[in-house]
Amino acid sequence: MDMANQARIKETAEKYGAENVVVILGGGEAESAGLTAETVISGDPTYAGPLTNVALGLDVYHIFELKDLIDEAVYEEQISMMEMVLDMDGIISEMEEIRKSCGK
Amino acid sequence: MDKSFFANKKICALGDRDGIPGPAIAECMKTVGGEVLFTSTECFV
Repeated sequence: MDMANQARIKETAEKYGAENVVVILGGGEAESAGLTAETVISGDPTYAGPLTNVALGLDVYHIFELKDLIDEAVYEEQISMMEMVLDMDGIISEMEEIRKSCGK
Repeated sequence: MDKSFFANKKICALGDRDGIPGPAIAECMKTVGGEVLFTSTECFV
């Protein structure tokens, strides 16, 4: 997760309260999505960015996990093509695992 | 989880150039609820 986004997420959580902020990811690989999720829950695991040692505990989901809530036509137009080329099950499983291991 | 969870939430959409771009996430979230505060499309390469 790049430094600028870490800073924006941190500012957003401080401004609105962490309980009111939700991060939605579009990561193309399970590993990168998992790392980003870990960063906004427990802090930057690479100890490089503004979220180092900052456990915001934010709610975080991959957009694939919200498929059932999204308008069908919009999902079809915006997401469905990538659903075919990405490992959707692997990404969802990684997100569930990271949230569990981070206590969310 | 249902849509009511997102009703008053502030949404940060972190897209991926090799996955789902930020603006596509934002379009989807408009149909779910909450307020999209910012969108971004990262490149992990």
